[in-house]
Amino acid sequence: MDQASLFSLLSFGPDGWGQRFVEGLVVTVEVSVSAYAVSLLLGLIGASAKLSSSKIARGIADIYTTLVRALPELLLLLLIYFSGADAIKFVLSLISEDFDDFEVDPFAAAVAALGFIGGAYMTEVMRGAILSIPNGQIEAAKACGMSRFLILRRVILPQMLRYALPGMGNLWLSATKDSSLISVLGNTQDLLFMGYRASAVTKHYGFFYSVAAILFLGITVISMIIIRLLEARLNRGYR
Amino acid sequence: MDESFAFFLTIAPTLLAAVPVTLSLTFFSALIGNTLAVPVAVASLSPNPLLRYPSAFYIFVMRGTPLLAQTYLIYYGLGELFPGTWVQQSFLWPYLRDGFWYAIFAFSLNTAGYTGEILRGAIMAVPKGEIEAARAYGFSKGLIFWRVTLPRAIQICLPTMTGETILLLKATSLASLITVWEVMGTARQIQKVTFRVYEPLIAAGILYIIMVFVLTRLMMLVERRINRHRLTPA
Repeated sequence: MDQASLFSLLSFGPDGWGQRFVEGLVVTVEVSVSAYAVSLLLGLIGASAKLSSSKIARGIADIYTTLVRALPELLLLLLIYFSGADAIKFVLSLISEDFDDFEVDPFAAAVAALGFIGGAYMTEVMRGAILSIPNGQIEAAKACGMSRFLILRRVILPQMLRYALPGMGNLWLSATKDSSLISVLGNTQDLLFMGYRASAVTKHYGFFYSVAAILFLGITVISMIIIRLLEARLNRGYR
Repeated sequence: MDESFAFFLTIAPTLLAAVPVTLSLTFFSALIGNTLAVPVAVASLSPNPLLRYPSAFYIFVMRGTPLLAQTYLIYYGLGELFPGTWVQQSFLWPYLRDGFWYAIFAFSLNTAGYTGEILRGAIMAVPKGEIEAARAYGFSKGLIFWRVTLPRAIQICLPTMTGETILLLKATSLASLITVWEVMGTARQIQKVTFRVYEPLIAAGILYIIMVFVLTRLMMLVERRINRHRLTPA
């Protein structure tokens, strides 16, 4: 097959894979954004737990980050994907028998699993960022009579963001790449899965995996530009 | 619970037998990848644009695409080139048929990109005075690199390299997707044969935690050894 007809395989017609690759790109971005949002939430909770005075909270957070960071992402993804679905089904079956044939949405399960993994790394990034806020600032806020929540919202979060952004940017880039793992689950429609399907059907493995890789590179480039702009914006008060 | 425990014992030998596969994937990929990282890092710092730009592009591609996509591309993409050609008759075919070598190839190239970037930063962080001192002694450019710049750079980036090696150990689980029966692949195989979902994965997880722990300890020893001149005598 010559070069021209190879590219015609990418056309946006009923015979081309172009449309499906674009759909895959959208799914990958959706999964990454949702998983990242979950990991932000878990990271904030985890970092607060690690810095709290409660021994139990610290212990749980330590176990969480240690375990997640020692296990391969693929293994965690499968474990959480299966167990999460089973757990939800079990809880629903306790509530009512109507839910017996309830199926967990694979998209939601994948997002939960990826978010859970990212949350452990996010915890460490946020913990470091919170620790790099000068203590005097928090003392000053206390002296002004701010409540703990107000200190979090007005002093810790805005300043922490500046320190956390490089790490958060890296985690976003890994979130987009880790989202490719969900293609293993077999019923996702993400970018790598499209590459898998297209190459299996047409037998042009090298070509379609390259297309998928180039689209991933595109996500990375755009993300890097946005991260750089955000960094410039957050550091505008300095230097 | 007892029944689960008994099941763990029955699958333990099969999973343990896969540990050497995971470890050799990690070892060979780290060895080849880190060796390749040296020319990648040097090229990315070269004043010659013909060396600098390709190297920077290589690092960018390796870090900008998922390892799984790279692995598939190498396994299926290269595999597409061989069948039905002379290669199939050659003495190399038994190796070229085996996913193991494709996995090592993919992981090595990926590691070379990541480590290349780390090493680039470390080379730049080598104190100028040390290189000037070597030059004052009349060291040639090559000698300065092998005796001063590279050893010092490795020393600087070793803590980061420890983290990278652990990431690599975990990443070898992706080899299970191109038919390599390392720990993760074996666990999934047991899942399919026994229809048990959790136990094989949990058992594999325990093995990974042990391997990561031992690897961390080993790297700590290496760090100690490399920094031994800094230790204060007791």
